[in-house]
Amino acid sequence: MFTTRKQYEPYISPFDPCPPIRVKTYVTAPNQYVGFQPPNLPQFPLHEALKKGTLWKIFYDPYYGPYEMKRKGDQQ
Amino acid sequence: MWIYEKKLQYPVRVSTCNPKLAKYLIEQYGGADGELAAALRYLNQRYTIPDKVIGLLTDIGTEELAHLEMIATMVYKLTKDATPEQLKEAGLDAHYVDHDRALFYHNAAGVPFTATYIQAKGDPITDLYEDIAAEEKARATYQWIINMSDDPDLNDGLRFLREREIIHAQRFREAVEILKEERDRKKFF
Repeated sequence: MFTTRKQYEPYISPFDPCPPIRVKTYVTAPNQYVGFQPPNLPQFPLHEALKKGTLWKIFYDPYYGPYEMKRKGDQQ
Repeated sequence: MWIYEKKLQYPVRVSTCNPKLAKYLIEQYGGADGELAAALRYLNQRYTIPDKVIGLLTDIGTEELAHLEMIATMVYKLTKDATPEQLKEAGLDAHYVDHDRALFYHNAAGVPFTATYIQAKGDPITDLYEDIAAEEKARATYQWIINMSDDPDLNDGLRFLREREIIHAQRFREAVEILKEERDRKKFF
């Protein structure tokens, strides 16, 4: 399935000083895939759009940190 | 000319008294990839860019000022009631000695803002690619700040700002497409 979160496994040396992070992640935001925005794409309702920061569903890609508590209504 | 609306673009809420978060947030205030650098960059480049995309730079540059105001509000809320002792614990003792609780345009490491953070090369493609890179760098910075923060209300505001960076980068990419477009080619929507 498509995701904007990508992973790779860096080389781990037997002599590394710290416990290794075996999987590294990075973000490829939706703007990497669209090119010139085509017409008639699906939209959020206006009030929702003002909260989310975009009118367009394809560009909505929220980011959550590892230390924050997810609240009700938060997506993803 | 600008018209000022006396409200924030998105409501700023802070749930915990944690001046340390202010130290991180100041990166987006006076840092190389911060909102001030973004606003100044776009509002300056727009004079020497093709007519078709001047309006885009004006709009986005103006919105960056609204973002700057949100960051300022966050920093202010996190520090206004902190005691010197709390500021010291948060690593803001050097800031307090120079500025009390006033905001200042510097990055998270205390390096003051400089115009060398931004460029105006006068070449439209070059300038737009710098703008795309600036938006992606700001998006990444928001991710790193969110990673350091456990405040869900603050992160909610940061998430909004990060989403706007994605949209801005998208629009700058489209501006490049507009400038690449061959003249007189018919385009149907």
